Amino acid sequence: MPKFESPEHLREYRRQLLARRDPKQPQVLVCGGPGCLPLGSEEVAAAFTEELGKNGLAAQVLLKTSGCQGLCDQGVRVLLRPQEISYQKVTPEDVPEIVEATLKNGQVVERLVYEDSATHEHLVHKADIPFYRGQNALVLRKLDVIDPMSLDDYLALGGYRSLRKVLTEMSPEEVIDAVERSGLRGRGGGGFPTGRKWRVCREAPGEVKFIICNGDEGDPGAFMDRAVMEGDPHAILEGMIIGAYAIGARKGYIYVRHEYPLAVKRLSHTLDQARECGFLGNNILRSGFGLDIKINRGAGAFVCGEETALMASIEGFIGEPSPRPPYPAQQGLFGLPTVINNVETWANIPEIINMGPEWFAAIGTEKSKGTKVFSLVGAVNHTGLVEVPMGTTLRQIIFELGGGIRQDREFKAVQTGGPSGGCIPKQFLDLPVDYDSLQSVGSIMGSGGMIVMDTGSCMVDVARYFISFLHAESCGKCTPCREGLKNLLFILDEIIAGRGEEEHLALMEELCAAMASASICGLGQSAPNPVLSALKYFRAEYETHIRDKKCPALVCRPLLKFTIDPESCTGCLACVRECPVGAITGKKKMPQELDQELCVKCGLCYETCQFDAVKVE
Amino acid sequence: MRLVLRNLSIRRREGGVGEEDMPLKIVEETMEPNTSEVGLTINGIFIKSHPGLSLLEAARQNGFDIPTLCYHPDLPAEGQCRLCLVEIGEYPRTRLVNSCTYPVEQGLVVQTHSEKVLQARRMVLELLLARCPKATLIQEMAAAMGVYESRFKTDDPEELCILCGLCVRTCREIVGVSAISMAHRAPGKQVATPFTEASEACIGCGSCAFVCPNNVIPYTEKDGIRTIWGRDFELQPCNVCGNYIAPKYQLEHWAQLTGDPVETFFVCKDCR
Repeated sequence: MPKFESPEHLREYRRQLLARRDPKQPQVLVCGGPGCLPLGSEEVAAAFTEELGKNGLAAQVLLKTSGCQGLCDQGVRVLLRPQEISYQKVTPEDVPEIVEATLKNGQVVERLVYEDSATHEHLVHKADIPFYRGQNALVLRKLDVIDPMSLDDYLALGGYRSLRKVLTEMSPEEVIDAVERSGLRGRGGGGFPTGRKWRVCREAPGEVKFIICNGDEGDPGAFMDRAVMEGDPHAILEGMIIGAYAIGARKGYIYVRHEYPLAVKRLSHTLDQARECGFLGNNILRSGFGLDIKINRGAGAFVCGEETALMASIEGFIGEPSPRPPYPAQQGLFGLPTVINNVETWANIPEIINMGPEWFAAIGTEKSKGTKVFSLVGAVNHTGLVEVPMGTTLRQIIFELGGGIRQDREFKAVQTGGPSGGCIPKQFLDLPVDYDSLQSVGSIMGSGGMIVMDTGSCMVDVARYFISFLHAESCGKCTPCREGLKNLLFILDEIIAGRGEEEHLALMEELCAAMASASICGLGQSAPNPVLSALKYFRAEYETHIRDKKCPALVCRPLLKFTIDPESCTGCLACVRECPVGAITGKKKMPQELDQELCVKCGLCYETCQFDAVKVE
Repeated sequence: MRLVLRNLSIRRREGGVGEEDMPLKIVEETMEPNTSEVGLTINGIFIKSHPGLSLLEAARQNGFDIPTLCYHPDLPAEGQCRLCLVEIGEYPRTRLVNSCTYPVEQGLVVQTHSEKVLQARRMVLELLLARCPKATLIQEMAAAMGVYESRFKTDDPEELCILCGLCVRTCREIVGVSAISMAHRAPGKQVATPFTEASEACIGCGSCAFVCPNNVIPYTEKDGIRTIWGRDFELQPCNVCGNYIAPKYQLEHWAQLTGDPVETFFVCKDCR
């Protein structure tokens, strides 16, 4: 790659690049996203290399590994361009057939194509599949068509055009003004207006300022930021350079958790490329503006996603948050003005500059602009990353994009915003999703986790899971969070074990209120959400656990009672063989008996019985 | 302001990462005494204070009582214990902040004993009482707020440490050796030397034990040997009266700091 000396040089290089590239050239894009990699996308790519070589197509067909293509439960995904044929569940064995049929003869391999569960129609093109049809990809737009390691791919799609525009045509104030007018709010969960944050930082006294990209995504089940860092790292970098120019920072950090080794690798490669091409360093594109960015790996603490803890961690201290004020935009990293934004926020910046703030502000709701990426997981038919305009209803996301609840079960609740979000019940399915509406029903946007639960989930158990996660991850600096989470977990454990008392519910509510108002940072302040929302919308379920010592969803094992119905039992002894403690006794071909004293409630007999003779309550 | 100063001063002593990023000039600029005034309202009473002070300092200077556990006037405030919470803002837009780190602002409206504040404080004390049922200080403070027993679970009835971090901050900021720190996260968080082994950095000065509000840090002196944090320190007797002054190791640390010969410190302050 050349070193771009000037804006004209960059423009000329891009023109030549586009002239060199044939848009009609067949391309095979194998998904290398977080979902498909473990399913063997590297093997599929290797099979393509081999097969293309055998057929003498290696020179004509362009083979790439792309970022996440979405619809992760149907991986490994392969996209064939320019026809936009989307294949799913591809294995190395399917590759010869794809090469033979599609690449050589232009036919579609029907069995690898998405089949609509309702109409049984085969949907060949990506744009037809309901999962993608309802989306409005802005941040994820380039993920499935570019090779994340290739700067040329990014440049060909208009990459660094926004940077060129900013450095040549716009003053820092104009950039901040544009971001403010776009209405972009922080995608890490807080939802603070990005433009305002930048302005505070720009106006803060001092010559040395920093920018930070927060890539410490730690919510269970969430991988939005990971997918962007792995799939389109240059977009994040371009956003950061623009941000640094706007606030006057000359140094930046990307904080990535070390559990994302591929993201670290791709980002390092991106930074090296950017330094080589002159997008980082002194005098970027002859503008007089200079910047360098370092990668800082997090050591695995969830709390380091909190901005002040993250900065303490970069400084080399224990990752514990500190009280605000001072806010990071005034006194952040090393006590100097710092803008810290989430991966997705940075990735939105180039498009806002490129398409204009008004274009961006036209998407979304009144107070939440643009799109939001959610990682849709749990009891839905189709899991994966979805990007929808703000204001899309939960029903649309879960039932149209996600294809409804798995095994035709009934929807019970959706948990948004990661471990410290709340569970939203059925009556709010038509809620338009944005920062304020989620807050109004006791949940949060968070970084965009979305866990769907069906009637098989027990809300006491769900709350206990999140509280135990938060308890393990709380830094323990302040009393309400440290001691409060410990005691919440203890009370929930008591309820699950059948030792719950009436007073427990009121005590939990009182404790939650104190934690929410008295904790230092967002972790402690939002930690009560899973409990409070469950108590608000599913109180009866808690009361059943406490009063009747029963778990309606049949999840809390200590509250279950297994019995054998003598009417239906055939005496096949299948359960007797499975029972680990020998609690089931009886003669062959006669109804069996279950000794309640010995039963450890493992549920094996219940799962084994083919005659529904084992009853559970 | 003060926070900047602190961060930078720690950094200078410890020589941490990113030292090249540190502009020392800012330290001097912000060290200039601030003589301007700000006016704010505490519990309905208008007071005047100086920018750069915390709400807690301003309130206490004006006779308002705010309880604290982790605050010490000689140490940077960290806002850990959450007892010094006050309610700021005007109805309905109010929120709780910890007064030890929140700076005074022109026109700020502060409530130190509103219902919301008291509820949170009582809850914090009830939680601490469950953690350390035998800590007299906690018992007294809780009783003063009307909390006599805790509805929460006690893990270890003998526990006395409330994790206020005064010892850690004293060791870091006053003594300047950082021999102890907080270890682990919420489950099992404790004050410890690295890997709970005898610390090379410890000079045996005992400041941590001195500052501890609950006397949790074990520390013995016998036959001219002081034992603290699992390490024995030989005590230096005074050259004049023969009474023990301090661990030899600590005097050597002083000598290193001042550049004087260590013998300079072998006379106790009474005989000097």
